[in-house]
Amino acid sequence: MNKGLRLLLSILTALTVFSFISISQAKEPYKIGAIFSVTGAASFLGEPEKNTVLMLVDEINRAGGINGHPLEVIIEDSKSDETQAVLAAKKLLEKDNVLAIIGPSTTGESMALVPIMNNAKTPLISCAAGAGITNPVQERYWIFKTPQYDTSAVEAIYTHMKKHGITKVGIITIATGFGDAGKKALHDLAPKFGITIVADERYGPKDSDMTTQLTKIKASGAQAVINWSVGPGQVVVTKNWHSLKMGIPLYQSHGWGSKKNIELAGKAAEGVIAPLGRLVVWDKLPDKHPQKALLKKYEEDYKAHYKGEPGTFGGHAYDALMMVVEALKKAGPDRKKIRDYIENNIKNWPGTGGIFNMSPKDHCGLDMSAFEMVVVKNGDWEILK
Amino acid sequence: MFTVFLQFLFSGLTTGAVYALVGIGFNIVYNSTSIINLAQGEFVVIGGLMMWLFLEGLKLSFMTSIILTLAVAGSIGLIMERLTIRPLLKKADLLLMIMVTIAVSILMRGILMFKFGKEPYSYPPFTEGEPIIVYGAVIQQQTLWVIFITGLCIVLLYLFFNKTLLGKAMRACSVDPRAARLMGINVSRIVMLSFVISAVIGAVGGIAITPISLMEYDKGPMLAVKGFCASIMGGLGRGRGAVIGGFVLGILESLTAGYIHSGMKDAVALIIMLFILFVRPAGLFGSAEVARLRRF
Repeated sequence: MNKGLRLLLSILTALTVFSFISISQAKEPYKIGAIFSVTGAASFLGEPEKNTVLMLVDEINRAGGINGHPLEVIIEDSKSDETQAVLAAKKLLEKDNVLAIIGPSTTGESMALVPIMNNAKTPLISCAAGAGITNPVQERYWIFKTPQYDTSAVEAIYTHMKKHGITKVGIITIATGFGDAGKKALHDLAPKFGITIVADERYGPKDSDMTTQLTKIKASGAQAVINWSVGPGQVVVTKNWHSLKMGIPLYQSHGWGSKKNIELAGKAAEGVIAPLGRLVVWDKLPDKHPQKALLKKYEEDYKAHYKGEPGTFGGHAYDALMMVVEALKKAGPDRKKIRDYIENNIKNWPGTGGIFNMSPKDHCGLDMSAFEMVVVKNGDWEILK
Repeated sequence: MFTVFLQFLFSGLTTGAVYALVGIGFNIVYNSTSIINLAQGEFVVIGGLMMWLFLEGLKLSFMTSIILTLAVAGSIGLIMERLTIRPLLKKADLLLMIMVTIAVSILMRGILMFKFGKEPYSYPPFTEGEPIIVYGAVIQQQTLWVIFITGLCIVLLYLFFNKTLLGKAMRACSVDPRAARLMGINVSRIVMLSFVISAVIGAVGGIAITPISLMEYDKGPMLAVKGFCASIMGGLGRGRGAVIGGFVLGILESLTAGYIHSGMKDAVALIIMLFILFVRPAGLFGSAEVARLRRF
């Protein structure tokens, strides 16, 4: 027997065996794609997102899959880069033939995928916050997102300020995409709440001292400071605010929600107020709150699987995946049906980010009620009434 | 109004002290090798993160942690020189070696990320207590520590380079390596020593600033750029120059942020630096003749 023939025979044998296996197995798997910034600049988003998805898929499949079909999520790393995200999406759509894609992690990457998903007529549930991802909604037929809008966080802060008679604020924002979006939202919404921005300061992501900017805000006669950033900058601002004894309250953005920040800022963090998703304060919610059980389970499962806390970002992937899973369960493996289900049937749907109410006019489904105003007290979070 | 000005000044002194320490580190290596060691910022990061590891992670005492941190940083400087600079020193040109230091800095950042993750780290300031108030302006106690430690480093380095035989040998190498070798100085050992000292100086800076500014794995490049600016502003290779350059840069940044706009901070400081270099290409304290004699 020559070599070629032998090879052919063994391939044939293998194929027969495989086909028997697949027949013996229940049904063919449902394929979903996921694109996350697992490495690169935005890896602090992509890592918990990937971990969350791996954990959930495992759990779903162990419980028998979706209507008997195993769930298969193909995770691609976009390396925090738009080009890579586009390549990953094309691969998922053309080669893997996925039913929906969840991710990417950043606004820039999500925007790059909008035309591709619309052409491919496949739903995308983004895990990035930018309002432009789902607006204008008529041009975003196939696009959804799970994180809250920046503007909702601003509304929550301004509402709280209005209640406490604060009308003049000084804002300090980080010079990154996150800070730019926050700055714009803070400026756009201020008139609606009768608030004047009397000082507008900035700082770089690696700056080590913001005393100068805060001194200017103090001199401007502001009644409160709002800092809009993620990363170490928010801790440095908190420390500087504390040591300057500014005598006016400090508000942080929704990026403040990590115990690590309180740990790093120490007693300087006492009294800092921020609009936070309920994931960080689930244990302080009333028992009948619809999000409580789900948040508890998510956090405890995550901590059992990985070291570290899931954080808000992992939660965005949780919500995105669970929406698709529910749509698959109820509407079946059809791209259009999945899209329609998410748009019309995700109503009063508790997720980690809030209680979602999707509609043909709103492909995010969250408003400022997704946030609780939380103050730091005795080194822990406390919900403000 | 004076209070506000004073506050800007204090803020500038804090950042300036760190730029100065990084700048000194550049100068020490430059003087003995004519190399710009672009991994200098990573040593600051190593200083802060290792200090955290010993102090908070392993719960060692304060002094032990400092000694261990400096030992680790010094050893990394030594290994870096032996593995990457020494094999190239005789055959390769300077530009290539500068590239090598960039490669080393990327490698170090990767290892630090792997070990420490991407979160920032911090530990309590050296002395707990209320900030000090001078004419209504607030100065944190740790800031005084940073300035004091910077001053101490400057004095120690001055004594070392001017009063000890080893220090004088290092200066001789910086003036003319070949003549130094003919005088019986082991140039290769001196180059190694310069990397160790600059690594230790960087780590000292990292240890001192971490309670103020926090430390994370990728803070190095920003510090390297600012420290490099400080040292060319003062005149590359001039110890005193880097110190004054560092403080000038820090204060300029702070005043720009205070009186023009915080978004313009880096731009204006760098424009002023360019202007200084146009007027005095050898830096504030450098001499044009010496600069012309150097290879790079």
